[in-house]
Order: sequence, then C-alpha cells, then structure tokens
Amino acid sequence: MRIKKTSGEKVFTAFNILFMIIMIIMTLYPMLYVLFASVSDSDAIMRYTGPLLKPIGFTLAAYKRVFQYPMVLRSLVNSIIIVLMGTSINIFMTSLGAYVLSRKHFYIKNAMMVLIVITMYFSGGLVPQYLNVKELGMLDTYWAIIIPGAISTWNLIIMRTSFLSIPDSLEESAKLDGAKHIDILFKIVIPLAMPTIAVMILFYGVGHWNSWFSAMIYLKTRDKFPMQLILREILILNDTSSGGMQGNSTIDDVQKIGETIKYALIIVATVPILVVYPFLQKYFVNGVMIGALKE
Amino acid sequence: MMNQKNLKIQSPKNEYETYHINTRKARVIQNIKKDFKANRELYYISFIIIAYYLIFCYKPMLGAVIAFKDYVPMKGIWKSQWVGFKYFRDFFQSPYFVRLIRNTIWLSLNSLIFGFPAPIILALLINEIGNKFFKRSIQTITYLPHFISMVVICGIIKDFTSDTGVINYFISALGGKPVTMLSVPKLFMPVYVISGIWQEVGWGSIIYLAALTGIDPQLYEASYMDGANRWKQTIYITLPGIAPTIIILFILRMGSLLNVGFEKILLLYNPGIYETADVISTYVYRKGLLEFNWGFSTAVGLLNSVINFFFLIAANTISRKVNDTSLW
Repeated sequence: MRIKKTSGEKVFTAFNILFMIIMIIMTLYPMLYVLFASVSDSDAIMRYTGPLLKPIGFTLAAYKRVFQYPMVLRSLVNSIIIVLMGTSINIFMTSLGAYVLSRKHFYIKNAMMVLIVITMYFSGGLVPQYLNVKELGMLDTYWAIIIPGAISTWNLIIMRTSFLSIPDSLEESAKLDGAKHIDILFKIVIPLAMPTIAVMILFYGVGHWNSWFSAMIYLKTRDKFPMQLILREILILNDTSSGGMQGNSTIDDVQKIGETIKYALIIVATVPILVVYPFLQKYFVNGVMIGALKE
Repeated sequence: MMNQKNLKIQSPKNEYETYHINTRKARVIQNIKKDFKANRELYYISFIIIAYYLIFCYKPMLGAVIAFKDYVPMKGIWKSQWVGFKYFRDFFQSPYFVRLIRNTIWLSLNSLIFGFPAPIILALLINEIGNKFFKRSIQTITYLPHFISMVVICGIIKDFTSDTGVINYFISALGGKPVTMLSVPKLFMPVYVISGIWQEVGWGSIIYLAALTGIDPQLYEASYMDGANRWKQTIYITLPGIAPTIIILFILRMGSLLNVGFEKILLLYNPGIYETADVISTYVYRKGLLEFNWGFSTAVGLLNSVINFFFLIAANTISRKVNDTSLW
C-alpha cells in the first residue's frame, strides 16, 4: 500500500535518518578512534588531545611490539584454548539438556524443567560458588572457568524451543530403524537445528573470549591467564610492566610505546569477534530470542 | 537405581496418611519404573544434566547457609558454628550500609529510567525507516557493542573520559574545565548510565523489533483510512502492540533491580570514588574474596537476592492485577 506522506511526516523522516546517522557515528567512532590510534605514531599520540579523524602518521610498530611480548602471545593461546574447550562443552551439555527436555514422552521432563528454571531466579551467590569450586579442587585450572558455566539456562531454553519445532515423525522413523537417542540427537536434531546451534556457538564462544572475572578469581598462575586479564592489567590498572612488558626496552620506551600498544592490544583482542560477527549475524534472526520469551 | 533412592517414602504420621502417601508415591515410582524401561537412554542423559544442576547450582545454594555460620574452612560448612543473624546485624550497623544501598539503588534506578526506554525508542525509530538496507545496517551496527568485551569497553571509557580524552576535548571547547571524570564522585553515575546505554541500546531493541513485526499490518491500513497519521498510529496501534513485551521485560528487569553491572563497576571504580561507585555486589566481592570474610559476604549477597526477589514478586503481582500480563 502506498501512503502519501504529509509534510510533517517528511520532516520526521528526515530527522529520523539524521538521528540514525548520528547513532551510527556514535557507535562506531570509539572503535575507529582505537583503530586510528593503534597505527599512529606513538610520540604524536602522547601529545595529541581531542578526536582523531585519521591516524597521525602511520606505523605498525605497536602491533610488532605487542607480539614480541611473550605474555601477550601466551594469553592469546590460553584464550583460544578456553574458547574451544569451553564452547564444545557448552554445546554438548546444552544440546543434551535441550534434547531430553524436548522429548514428547518423558515422564520426569516437567520435574526437571522446574529444577532448571528455579536456578534462573536463585543462585548461591559469589562466595558459596567460589567455595564450591575450591572444594571440587578446580582452583587454578581451566575447569573452574568452564565447568560451572557449562549450561546457561537461558540458552538451554532457547535450544529446547528450537528442538521442539522439529517434527516427531523424524524421531519415530529413526527409532524404527533402530537408531539410539544419541544418534537421533547428533545425526538428526542438531543438523536440523543448525541455525540455533550457530547462534549458541556465537553466544558461548564470545562469552568465553570476553570473560575475565572468573579467570581473575579462580586462576592464580600467570601463565594460565587469558587475554582479557592481561588486557585488564594494561588498560585498567595502567600497568604496562606487569603485562610481561619489560622485554629489553627501557622504562621510558615502554611508557612511550605503551600508549599505542594499549590500542593495538584492544584491536588484537577485538578482531576475532569482528571476524565471526558478520558470519553469525545472519543467523540471529529475531526468532531466536523471541521464541524463548514466548515460552 | 538413583531415581528410586531419591523417592524413598518418608515416615508417615498416621495410618490414613500412610495409605494415601503410599499409593501416590507408589504410583509415581511405578510410572517412573515403566518409563525408565522404555527410555533408559533418556534417563542416563538426564542424570548428567541433573547432576550438573545439583552440583553447580543447588549445592552453592545450600552453601549459602554460611551466611548464618562462622565458617572455618578446616571444619567445613556443616561443622562450623552457627551465629544466627550476626552478619546481617553487622551489615545493618556498618557505616557502609547506607552508602551501599544508596549507590546501588541510585545507579540502578537511573539505568532503569534512562536505559529501559532507550531500546524501545530506538526500535520505534528503526521501524519507521523504509529503506531495508539502511534498516539492516543500523541494526547490525548498533548490536555490535554488546559483543565487545567489558574490559575493552571500560578501557575505552577510561580513555575517553580522561582529562585529555575526547569527551573533555569537547567540554573544554564549550568552555568547560577538563577533568578526569572517573575521579570525580558525582560524575560516576552519568558515565555509568550513558556508557551503559551506548553498549546495550541496539541489542535491547532486537526484542522490540521482533514484537513490532508481529503487529497486524491491516490495523495500520484501517487506521489510515480513518485518517490517523503516523504519530496517532504509533500511540494507538504500535505501542499497544508491543505493550506485553515491554511489561514482561520490565518485570524481569525489576527482578534484577539491585543487580547493577557488577563487572563494569569493578573495572571502572577506584577507592577515590567508592563514595558513589561502591555497590552491594562489589562490596560482596571485596569482603568475600579479597578479605576472606566468607560468612559476612555471603550474608550481604543473600540480602541482595532476597530484595531482588521481593521486587520481582511485587512487580509481577501489580502487573497481573493491573493489566493481566505476568510471568506466572
């Protein structure tokens, strides 16, 4: 249907588009700023105040330096290990849970659902959770970061909703062919629910990549620290030396290059997310979240 | 089998009750037995899931009893001495009590007042855009900050709000005096709230945009025939159309009223601005994990959860009475 616009509506549309453009600039500018600063000349950046519209000079020195520091590389590797291990366990456990909860004939299904939903409203709190992990002997291991959060109840419910939409007839015919539940889950249900699984991989994976708090409270050995913890030391605690940044440079040198290294590190830590984002973005059709809310 | 052990019959009070409990329990057990035979594999899988929830969610919930105990790690949780409500009294009498409650509520309330409507407004505005490509682009771009790590975001916030940062550049250009904003107590709340909106407004709008697509287009056509302009359509069709979504999200939000962005505050605050920036959850963290006052810290955390739950129930009850939309 075509609707003729009144002049008031035209003015509104113009303002709306202007507003959206401002939104885009405000959202992207801080990231652009970091990108510009990371490739700028470090002396110039130290002296410069105010918004950057383009890099001052151009040098990749900061990036070269970032990768020279052993702690940075090490923590990057650690983060990748945590993301891979953590996300695999998340997806495995969440799909198992979603599978049993989405079966039509399963006597204890509702009781289980109650048990699970309660945890969305109540938790033991920080200290009891910490003590629990400690008692289980998981302190200073990656298990402490990965296992307690193996299932996010919210994601479990989203996945269950998507499993419910898969027709029962598929399960029944597979059963007639002698398939076991595990086969049905991995060969029929998961491939059919792939769009949702992809979103879950995104949520869990990004969550692991970005997480720092549990690593901070559970890990003691520096060599095990993930990227975000090192980043925190440098960005938040403003402590360039503690990042294993001594290298062979003088303190002055570190401080000078510290400013641009900060930005280069932010880029290094954020690029993986920017890389997966467009691929997975097409999957988070609005259905994913709304489906769960309707439950 | 595990499921049978869990359902052991408790000692009944009299014969009549015994009969009823026995038949009911027996029936349940029998049903489970029958079902177990048919779905053995499903039961094995659910044991894994149930075990996970028991160990990592319910066990810490039980562990929260140390809020009432003088917890000594050597003795373990159950053998430690009971102290009753001592820690709660300590907290009420502590000089930080008023400050923590005030800061928590102040930060939370402002995030609610400014942060809650923002995604709704953004969704309504995005909805008014005709060009599909532009619409998708703006969505994609505004969702992005949600996925960037809190450490990076806070690093950028610190950088932008420093006395030589971008924001102060504009402030001094307008004749103001540049200050490192995160060292000024009264500026913490605005920095926290505004950066919070920047991070989450796009992501928050997803759900409203989804609700908007669910509104029947015929309503708009009919109202156009009746001479309604776009403003009137927004007031009489669009807003009522997404009202249930707004209400549900509002109730959920009330349930976490005292859960301010704990990680973000932990990254942004410093002892110089504890006066306005220290909140219950950050205090729980410092007391519990840095100063090892396990019981005290747990008690404060527990109080926080109880208040939250109270708000959730209250919001839900009011909403159910007023407009029939509720969580349960």
